[in-house]
Amino acid sequence: MGQQIYFEDVSEGMELPVEVREPTTRQLVQYAGASGDFYEIHYDKPYAESIGLPGIIIHGALKNAMLGAYVTGWAGPASTLRRLTCQYRGMDFPGEPITAKGHVSRVYQEGQQNLVDCTIWLENPQGQQTTPGTATVALPARRG
Amino acid sequence: MSTNSFTLTDEMRESAIGVESAPTTTDVEKGHIARFAEAIGDDNPAYTEGTPETGGIVAPPTFLRAMRAVRPEVPFEIPFTRLLDGGSDWEYFEHVRPGDVITAVGRVEDIRERTGSIGQMLITTIKVTYRNQSGAVVATQTSTSIRH
Repeated sequence: MGQQIYFEDVSEGMELPVEVREPTTRQLVQYAGASGDFYEIHYDKPYAESIGLPGIIIHGALKNAMLGAYVTGWAGPASTLRRLTCQYRGMDFPGEPITAKGHVSRVYQEGQQNLVDCTIWLENPQGQQTTPGTATVALPARRG
Repeated sequence: MSTNSFTLTDEMRESAIGVESAPTTTDVEKGHIARFAEAIGDDNPAYTEGTPETGGIVAPPTFLRAMRAVRPEVPFEIPFTRLLDGGSDWEYFEHVRPGDVITAVGRVEDIRERTGSIGQMLITTIKVTYRNQSGAVVATQTSTSIRH
């Protein structure tokens, strides 16, 4: 968990700290159990290969969850996630590092809320954005 | 590349858009939230013990995926067997907490046909609305799936 980010502290273009994760096959099995998504391509290598995949691939929804954890971890405990989007553009594989990156794309107020839009994504070891996304977070202000 | 002769007519599109899935109802359990948070590698204490800001334990943003919403069935045969997940768009309105009873209903928002590098594709947009026991919409999830 990071510290709290306040609305006054963010500006457009500000970068989110880079985070590297390395999901394992164990984590994929944990995610299958916790989410109820038991599609075999996420834990059964012969099956995955039999349908033409290079191997076991990470659940898209787990990557979605990783982006959610990334942006809420950055924004801090008093922030509220309003929107989270992502697109699955490429496969990612357990045992390979996945890098989360992002930047602030818009800072604005709407009604009583202090909102920040972020552009976020996951990158594979080749530097390709396999999972681009966006998030909208409501932040607290230092002076309420 | 397939030479499938499938054609999505306007009548078929109209018959599909608006179709809803059977609702699924799930009790949200504290242990399930903790297992989900562990599985996604998120050690935020809001998901295991609660924080002053959340006023108790809450669920991680994509936890509702585990509510196992049912895919709405379009009223015609789809001659494709492969399914790709294109992406997801979540909007959040209320926290989800242990003890909540969540009802999920999926609705076909759009269906369209396209030919791309993988041949003919059928792209379906489904919006799942998640409501709690008070009837409040806690979140919606709009997903795009590609059949080919």
